[in-house]
Amino acid sequence: METPSRRFSLTRLLRENSSLQGLALVSPTAIYLLLFVVLPMVLIAGLSFLTRGSYGNIVYQVNYSNYARLLDPLYLRILVYSLGVGAATTVLTILIGYPLAYFIARAPARQRSLLLFLILLPFWTNFIIRIYAWIMILRTEGFLNTILLNLGVIQVPLNILYTPTAVLIGMVYEFLPFMVLPLYTSLEKIENAQLEAAADLGARPFRAFLRITLPLSVPGMIAGSILVFIPAMGMFVVPDLMGGAKTMLVGNLIRNQFLTARNWPFGAAAAMLLMILTLVFTLYYTRKAGFGEEVLI
Amino acid sequence: MSEKKPALWLRIFSFLAYAYIYLPILILIIFSFNTQKINVRWEGFTLHWYEVLFRDSNVLLATRNTLMIAFVSTLVATLIGTMAALALQRYRFPGYTVTESVLYIPVIIPEVVMGISLLVFFSLIKFTLGLTTITLSHIAFNIPFVTLVVRARLHGFDKSIEEASMDLGANEMTTFWRITLPTIMPGVLSGALLAFTLSLDDYVITYFTAGPGATTLPLRVFSMVRFAVTPEVNALSTLWVMTIFVVLLISQIVQRRQVQH
Repeated sequence: METPSRRFSLTRLLRENSSLQGLALVSPTAIYLLLFVVLPMVLIAGLSFLTRGSYGNIVYQVNYSNYARLLDPLYLRILVYSLGVGAATTVLTILIGYPLAYFIARAPARQRSLLLFLILLPFWTNFIIRIYAWIMILRTEGFLNTILLNLGVIQVPLNILYTPTAVLIGMVYEFLPFMVLPLYTSLEKIENAQLEAAADLGARPFRAFLRITLPLSVPGMIAGSILVFIPAMGMFVVPDLMGGAKTMLVGNLIRNQFLTARNWPFGAAAAMLLMILTLVFTLYYTRKAGFGEEVLI
Repeated sequence: MSEKKPALWLRIFSFLAYAYIYLPILILIIFSFNTQKINVRWEGFTLHWYEVLFRDSNVLLATRNTLMIAFVSTLVATLIGTMAALALQRYRFPGYTVTESVLYIPVIIPEVVMGISLLVFFSLIKFTLGLTTITLSHIAFNIPFVTLVVRARLHGFDKSIEEASMDLGANEMTTFWRITLPTIMPGVLSGALLAFTLSLDDYVITYFTAGPGATTLPLRVFSMVRFAVTPEVNALSTLWVMTIFVVLLISQIVQRRQVQH
């Protein structure tokens, strides 16, 4: 007789207490993410302060040298190189993506969603397939060389594949939509009246662009830069497939420490470094522009 | 922004940019029908590589695994991710801000970091790597995307139709099933579609959580692509790209219809 009445009161409690309802709805997600996202991150943080044993095992001994080792010229060079590749990728995606986003934002309203959809469409397909397409084009006996040789532009095939240039081409191709989308979002918001006001006051179109459009699109540019720069530094597949073994980014370093060199504590320290960089950039952006959800999707 | 016709140079630039986006895929597709094995020069039309593909048991197994992982992870992530979106949009509860920030972690952190952290986690609890660990990991990165998409949909939700339903005597459950769920359904479906394609596409996190035995299509394609360029990969890629294009086009048409009605 006890149980039915208790169950009754529990459902009533749930019905009347809205914060309990919210908790009940959110708890599966909260517990899942706690277990499979937060806990693994905490483990990486802890692991980065432990020591590698002589067989690649982990010795539970506190050790700060993993972080000191990141400053070793060998690894410092990888870090600087990754920052460079990340920055170059970001700048190139802005140079290509800005005019493109501007073009879409100025297109007739009916066409905009179609033009945007066409940007995104290829990027819903697998990214290794997209890299493979570029390998076909860039390799020595590939599509590009065949065309250039036949046209007589070059006499000897170009060696582009397995160079840093190839890595950049692949990276820009992969990350372009992540730049176009937030840029479009901020460009589309600009009111026509603002540009007309500038024109009425005698500003030439180019001047109006510099003084109004460009400043107002800065939030989109920053959002896009974060969405491009951070994943670019952690990328290891493009360098693997298009850069030969020569190009090492932080992503490659982390992967190698976990899977080939078997120095998990050092790999964890490198991963922590990448996470800290991510946090710093994201927090900077959140302060600057506010984190819009429409920018992320 | 204005609808004034864009400058000529801008139109030419954009045309070239679209060509840059689509040309590689077009070349990929064309060369899947090439008779030449080393796939350097166009020789003639054949469907031979599609035949080879359909007899490749590794590819078939990888396809089955990939679809299974994508289905299960999408189902679970859509269910609990939608619940979380409802909770975050409509209720205030202890731990609200923390949950909100934790949801952003898988969206923001580099995939390689999430991959190794799951690898460390699974090996620490001595969970053998395989299809189960891949699926568990895919659910983890899919939940936030579903929640984000559904929340965006709930954001524009007009609460007065729910109130009207209650005023007309429907209880909370009936209102949810008859009013709330049908209204947010397009959001739930696009969240599910996003989750499904993210799962199909994922290489990095799968790579770290797969272990030696399990294989998925992206893993299989990677190992095929790494050392050789063969038309079989082109055939596989063509089928993959076509499937995704058709699914996306259908979903776009369905969404347009819903907006119109």
